[in-house]
Amino acid sequence: MEQREKLLEVKGLRISATNDDGVEIPIVKGVDFDIHKGEVVALIGESGSGKTTISLASLAYTKPGLHFAGGEVLLNGEDVLTMAPLRTREIRGANVAYLAQSAAATFNPAITIGEQVTESAVLHGIFDQEDATRRAVELYHALELPDADRIGFRYPHQVSGGQLQRLMAAMALCGRPDLMVLDEPTTALDVTTQIEVLKAFKKVIQEENSAAIYVTHDLAVVAQVADHIVVLYSGEVMEQGSADQIINNSQHAYTKRLMAAVRPTPTAGMGVEVGSEHDREHAAMEVKDMTAGYGGIVDGEPKVPVLRDVNVEVKNGHVVGVIGESGCGKSTLARVMAGLLPQARGEIILEGTELEGALLDRKREELQKVQFVFQMADTALNPKQVIGDIIGRPLEFYHGFKGKERHAKVTEILEMVELPAEFASRYPMELSGGQKQRVNMARSLAANPEVMLCDEVTSALDSIVGANVIKLLTALRDKTGVSFVFISHDLSTVASFADEIVVLYAGRVVEQGPTDEVLTPPFHPYTRLLISSVPEMRLGWLEDTMKKREMAVGIAKGVEITAVGCPFYNRCPCGIEGTCDRQTPPVLELEDGHQITCHLSVERLQAEEAETQKILKGFEKLGQGKPTAPVAPTARPPVQTI
Amino acid sequence: MTDNNDMKTKEEEVIAKLDTYDELPDAPPKRRIKLSWVGKASVAVVAFWLVICIIGPSIAPYHEMDMEGDDSFLDAYDNFYLGTDYLGRDTLSRVIFGARNTIGISLAATLLAYAMGITLGILAAVKGGWIDMGISRVNDAILSLPTIMLGLIVIAALGSSIPILVGTAAVIYATSVFRIARALGQDIMVQDFVEAAKARGEGVWWIIKAEVLPNAAMPLATDFGLRLVFVVLFISSLSFLGLGVQPPASDWGSMVRENLGGLTYGSYAAIWPAFAIATFTIAINLIVDDISAKSGGSLAKKMV
Repeated sequence: MEQREKLLEVKGLRISATNDDGVEIPIVKGVDFDIHKGEVVALIGESGSGKTTISLASLAYTKPGLHFAGGEVLLNGEDVLTMAPLRTREIRGANVAYLAQSAAATFNPAITIGEQVTESAVLHGIFDQEDATRRAVELYHALELPDADRIGFRYPHQVSGGQLQRLMAAMALCGRPDLMVLDEPTTALDVTTQIEVLKAFKKVIQEENSAAIYVTHDLAVVAQVADHIVVLYSGEVMEQGSADQIINNSQHAYTKRLMAAVRPTPTAGMGVEVGSEHDREHAAMEVKDMTAGYGGIVDGEPKVPVLRDVNVEVKNGHVVGVIGESGCGKSTLARVMAGLLPQARGEIILEGTELEGALLDRKREELQKVQFVFQMADTALNPKQVIGDIIGRPLEFYHGFKGKERHAKVTEILEMVELPAEFASRYPMELSGGQKQRVNMARSLAANPEVMLCDEVTSALDSIVGANVIKLLTALRDKTGVSFVFISHDLSTVASFADEIVVLYAGRVVEQGPTDEVLTPPFHPYTRLLISSVPEMRLGWLEDTMKKREMAVGIAKGVEITAVGCPFYNRCPCGIEGTCDRQTPPVLELEDGHQITCHLSVERLQAEEAETQKILKGFEKLGQGKPTAPVAPTARPPVQTI
Repeated sequence: MTDNNDMKTKEEEVIAKLDTYDELPDAPPKRRIKLSWVGKASVAVVAFWLVICIIGPSIAPYHEMDMEGDDSFLDAYDNFYLGTDYLGRDTLSRVIFGARNTIGISLAATLLAYAMGITLGILAAVKGGWIDMGISRVNDAILSLPTIMLGLIVIAALGSSIPILVGTAAVIYATSVFRIARALGQDIMVQDFVEAAKARGEGVWWIIKAEVLPNAAMPLATDFGLRLVFVVLFISSLSFLGLGVQPPASDWGSMVRENLGGLTYGSYAAIWPAFAIATFTIAINLIVDDISAKSGGSLAKKMV
């Protein structure tokens, strides 16, 4: 290992930006690290740490407005920073390949996948078209893509997001580059998709023995793929070392802080116990037998149904976490509750009185009591209004505060979200991401609501900043007794502070109940899959997890929204043919209002869980790689999709 | 040892930063728009013409209609600094008087076009549905007619007077303002902050006033400059064809037409008003370019 040849040497790399006044602002301040052949080096840090900027330097590229201010980047001994422009064209794609964060944005929707995957290799004259296509098909197989021989003939919109991400890896690897630059390749993916992509990446990197720079902010992901980790903060290396060294024995305080912000694996006992001080006669908000969707309503059925027969209760002062993968309808649930999307059927009840579905029919007091917090603070705050006006408007609109009184209230609310009072005169553009998110919540708080609907409010934030926002939310709940509906795709975030969890899958509630109950067996098979998919920050987690049976069944297939039967049937490791695919599953009532929507009995689910644990704990000893539990029958009737 | 200490303090610094606010910008960035020297020069040119519009008649050596010159198409002599035109009138005085007509009419027409275009455009964007459909189709119909032809027909039918000129130009150019205002409005209406206002229960007028207009103002303002230039050229073209400002009143467009014959005698009488049109329109364009480049207009950045 020690004797491996150096592939890339970064020595004292400095990159600067020049602002309008001609002043140089250093972005990267002298960074050194090496990459050996066949080694994966992770650059880890929060946004603004310069990790992407550094990784792009290996392609001799800087984003517009930046320039190389010093240092060397030696690729196979040749300095890429002083290279002639024509030479950089030769190395880009051929020697160093770049994988952007979003595969969906990288692929051209009008050209077949195969053509795009092979394009760079053919253009650089590494292969002719025929060899390149053959190599691409080999890669599809290596990346375990379904229908590998023919997937190249499809168009990008005909494959799933996770598959597209893997295809992008094929695109990068096609010309056998010396080095791959992977820029947050799994960040935008759901946990179950992330695990499938990670697994494929790891396998192909090992098989091809290629070197890679892996850029990410997620330590748990890094622990699975990297050999060497470089921790960055504000353009400087804080600490670097082997993955084992950094993960298990980090020295620097910043690294420790980063590790602390990694959310722990969801387990029972993480939820917060709520006192009864805020309890009232009626629940703050209730959703009963609600069906909603888009595209108009015909006979009480939406044309494109998103949610079906959803029942959720939000008690006073409680935090209800709604969790599910993208497209499961969790945002739609919040939009229906807020009145932004009228439901097709069912009732929305606020403190015992039924609410009108449409926003325009609701009374002002009703609107005031239910506040929606948007996901992206960047777009949710009017860029032309100062913070004081943004927060002041609901104060004026609902409560009639004006002039000095309003100003005093704004200061008070800014204080509640831990921002200085002088921020009132700033524009949203002049705030950082976390601060904007605080203002976003402050606006809803200003209405003095009963229920706040938070739609993925921490998803776009760095882990440390996100953790602070969660801390703030918990404090606000304790102080004001506001109920929260907290929507997220991240189970560990939800588990860390929700009192109750609602698990949504393909528009149906598959499991709900108090956090501790949901996170202890028996699990709904989908909840089990979700829990298993959350990356743990230890080496070898990925391999261990992949041994679990539900992963093998669950991650291979995509979500299908079905009109009849259980929506999870096609991915369920213990689906019953003829029952699960035909009949809507019953709700199993367990203690403390814990509900599981499944055809299997509680005993059966318990038994399944015991089986999983057994496999997990002693896989090697047990059965030499042969899963003992029944495998879903091979010939299934096609699932009826709508 | 000292090295180690340095490391430690640096570590503490980083942690201290994290413990306060996340990456707090020290001071709000500057909010003013800085113009390049080209922009500044252009502002000076436009300001010059606006001043001429206001005080022109009192500084002009002669009245625009006075036939004081010795002969027609003379070069500069005595206090006829730019020579005389085809009737022996002082060209300088006519250019100064003409500024009032050309710029005044154009400005009035553009403002009127904006008032109509923005009102209808934002209304269509906010209301959507049948209102949008109705206004947009009528707008498309007007937009499909060639501007000069439309102008010629209206003026031929109603006669040429300044109010009719202003009205015609305003209606013609309101169509493109409508298009821009509607597109901007639609973009802004789907933003989260508008949805937040709707969810709060805000009325349509408040949403237009507080959420939509402030965000549409900058792009509309940059477009205003361009539109003004088009109107100047439109009025000048009409005058050149003899349907604009009627003689003996002066106007840059008609001055070019009147004195076209003088070019064969080597007279500059047709060049000066053309030069005036060019300086005014180019200066406005340069200001627009400069502002949109500095204010981060992505399109402008691509063009620069």
